[in-house]
Amino acid sequence: MCFLSNLIWLSSNLCSNDAAQPWQFGFQDGGSPSYEGIVELHDDIMFYLILILVGVAWMLMSTIRKFNWNHNQIVHKYLNHGTVLELIWTISPALVLIAIAFPSFKLLYLLDEVIDPVMTVKAIGNQWYWSYEYSDYLDQEGQSIEFDSYLVPESDLEIGDLRLLEVDNRVVVPVDTHIRFIVTARDVIHSFAVPSLGVKLDCIPGRLNQFSLVINREGVFYGQCSELCGVLHGFMPVVIEAVSLEQYLAWLSDQIPPYLTKEGYTPCIYLCITHLPSVC
Amino acid sequence: MSLIAGFDARFPNQNQTKHCWQNYVDYFKCIKARGEDFPPCKQFFRAYHSLCPNDYISKWDTQREEGNFPVNLNP
Repeated sequence: MCFLSNLIWLSSNLCSNDAAQPWQFGFQDGGSPSYEGIVELHDDIMFYLILILVGVAWMLMSTIRKFNWNHNQIVHKYLNHGTVLELIWTISPALVLIAIAFPSFKLLYLLDEVIDPVMTVKAIGNQWYWSYEYSDYLDQEGQSIEFDSYLVPESDLEIGDLRLLEVDNRVVVPVDTHIRFIVTARDVIHSFAVPSLGVKLDCIPGRLNQFSLVINREGVFYGQCSELCGVLHGFMPVVIEAVSLEQYLAWLSDQIPPYLTKEGYTPCIYLCITHLPSVC
Repeated sequence: MSLIAGFDARFPNQNQTKHCWQNYVDYFKCIKARGEDFPPCKQFFRAYHSLCPNDYISKWDTQREEGNFPVNLNP
């Protein structure tokens, strides 16, 4: 379905490709600025890669053609030093490396920035499932939202579900919101990865790693653990569901028991006022 | 007042372990020095809840109760 729509793509964005496809060679469809940046860097580097490939192939082919067994002319028998040639083949690769390094570092440091997040989500890797915590929302006893996210076994899949990618509890987050993710692990090293959001970060026991995420559009984004973590490493997918702010607040209200309300507000309004004052 | 942990120039890196830890320590130092109702202490409370996994918090809470928390929290 997605493959077909991608074929007739260009104008009609029928269905976005947010999960790995069988025999997929290209990228998935992007859902975040980080992803766009990564693909742009890839395209930039690919330009130089093709340039180098053509140059090297041309030199190699012309050498094979001109100096083969049949007509070996030994034209440069006494050429053992060429300053201009050496300058060219030293400086031009250096310039290519610089041209690749600058956009690469720029992207690297941009992806590293977590300046002013509106909310924080904690993702904790376990053998072999993910736990999530939303601790911006606390009651007076300090209880927060936390849940585990397990793979849906093949026998429980419904039509249209993705095998080995569906989970029972998705991470629900709002679109167009600056989110800080804190990732860590409880047992061995895991890796939190969602290709269509441009996210891959190792989860190390005893260490808290952060990355920032802004999701541009609503959708369900699939990823998998990306650090070999044991026998069920391939069976602990990540599913992020990006929804509108209203839907997110409604989801939060379902997660939070009514006693968490303060000052007479419903949970939805209260959370909106306290956490996203710019939109309420 | 920010309700979650914003950017802190002491912890500009990807590794936020110490950011969580420092806010936890600061909160308990703060309330020991100024009392639980002192409003600025709340920011440390929100920051460490926002950053630290819940099992870190409960482990450190237990250590404080048992008196073997590795930092002196007295003012």
